[in-house]
Amino acid sequence: MQCQICNNNNATIHLTEISDGVRSEMHICENCAAEQDIAVKSHIPINELLSGLLAVQPSDEEISGTADQQIACPNCGFTLAQFRKQGVLGCPYDYEFFEKSLTPLIEKAHDGKTTHCGKLPSKTPKNTRNEIELMNIRQRLEEAVRAEDYEMAAELRDKIKQMEK
Amino acid sequence: MKLTDISNDINEWFSGSGPQADIVVSSRIRLARNIAGYKFLSHCSNTEKAEILEKLKNVLMSLELGDKASYICVDKAPTLSRHFLVERHLISRHHAFGKGPRGVVMVQREFFTAMINEEDHLRLQVLKAGCQLSQCAEQINKIDDMIEEKVDFAFSPRYGYLTACPTNLGTGIRISVMLHLPALKMTGQIEKFFNAARAMSLAVRGLFGEGTEASSDLYQISNQVTLGIAESDIIAKFENTIITEIIEYENAARKQLLSRQSNILDDKISRAMALLQNAHLISSQEALFLLSHLRLGINMHKYMGASTPAIEKLYTLCGSGLSDKATPLSIATINRLFMLTLPAHLQMNYGKTLDPTHRDALRAQIIRSALNQDTQPKNS
Repeated sequence: MQCQICNNNNATIHLTEISDGVRSEMHICENCAAEQDIAVKSHIPINELLSGLLAVQPSDEEISGTADQQIACPNCGFTLAQFRKQGVLGCPYDYEFFEKSLTPLIEKAHDGKTTHCGKLPSKTPKNTRNEIELMNIRQRLEEAVRAEDYEMAAELRDKIKQMEK
Repeated sequence: MKLTDISNDINEWFSGSGPQADIVVSSRIRLARNIAGYKFLSHCSNTEKAEILEKLKNVLMSLELGDKASYICVDKAPTLSRHFLVERHLISRHHAFGKGPRGVVMVQREFFTAMINEEDHLRLQVLKAGCQLSQCAEQINKIDDMIEEKVDFAFSPRYGYLTACPTNLGTGIRISVMLHLPALKMTGQIEKFFNAARAMSLAVRGLFGEGTEASSDLYQISNQVTLGIAESDIIAKFENTIITEIIEYENAARKQLLSRQSNILDDKISRAMALLQNAHLISSQEALFLLSHLRLGINMHKYMGASTPAIEKLYTLCGSGLSDKATPLSIATINRLFMLTLPAHLQMNYGKTLDPTHRDALRAQIIRSALNQDTQPKNS
């Protein structure tokens, strides 16, 4: 099938438009699609995937109304509505400010994990290091309970008690 | 350093050397970091972006990186140079064609680059030939430590290193290995590999991203989970489980080809030789596809001692014969042809932009001349 615009190249893009109940079809080539500013998606971009995840995991605020989508971060003015579009956050503080809405997404993207484990900046004070270790052990405890590994859970519980002394 | 200083040769990570190089072409680790006290780039003005760029550029250029470092201002670089940097895997496509002030610090031997103002303020990258993830990790960790002495990164005790996209949160580490899996493809088992990768939460991409895998049998696999698992654990999982298993699958498929389907193998290698030696117009996709089959033939001989009629002919054509290894057609030569005939490399070395037909003619000429040159007897 030839492109309906240039009548030269093969039509590889097939558009169907339904307007006021009337269906129309258009068959065009990639070059003409680019000239007409018609985006061709070969795969799902990450931001759509992310906003899709947000959409299927509505938080309490989202259920209560879309107005919360417009609440802006006091530091950068970023909103969840923008995140849906762009797939990236506005500033580091957004992780704290939008924590409730972002947590389901973070869990989904990282196999259920929500606390950091691994390298710490060399300047991290000792009490922060302990705090991070505690959070990790708590997460491992939750996982052990979920897996019904009670022996491990008891071991981790004792470790937490010892650290909290 | 000028880009033309490096454009007529392959880089170290693509030299075909390193551990398990018959299947693992290269290992790469990237780290995502942002400077504390600044917004993420989507909310920075161009003035703020320029400030971040200047700050990080000065820090990086002051480091002892083990090789001569250069800075390239990506937003002001010509389009051809940007394509060239993407072809050499030194910067991402996103960085090459993004918006606002941005740049890259790279070392002459290309094992390290730092993209400034990509999606995050800083993306560090270390690349090595073959399976060398632990070595990449050691090197990138040292560089990251040196930078941290001079800059504070955005970090939270709960979430770790804070990144613009929540998918990179935590360690900010993206591990990636490039694998050559032609036998899995030829024996119709590549889907099994995709399924296994998905089950292990790994992303699979082609040589240059989505959709390019079919042409070169090169696949990049990378981790998707960056939070709640330590860097060393991700690396150990790659080295001890993921890579080991994929190598086993590919080797089993190569043995299967040799023992039961050698006619398929010989057909692919013979067709590749005939076309590469005689074609006068060859597209980049076709060249990658055909060179992949020569690479398979050479590696099967080198690592498995395979000696089918097509493999023997492959070596005879190189003027060496299987018994005489003085001038065998090496993986380095194949990789050289592979990289130097990519569109931006061709044009960079030719000194001007060329339309696709001229590129196809020049590419065919370079390959013909390289493969036929090797047919001449050489003095050892």
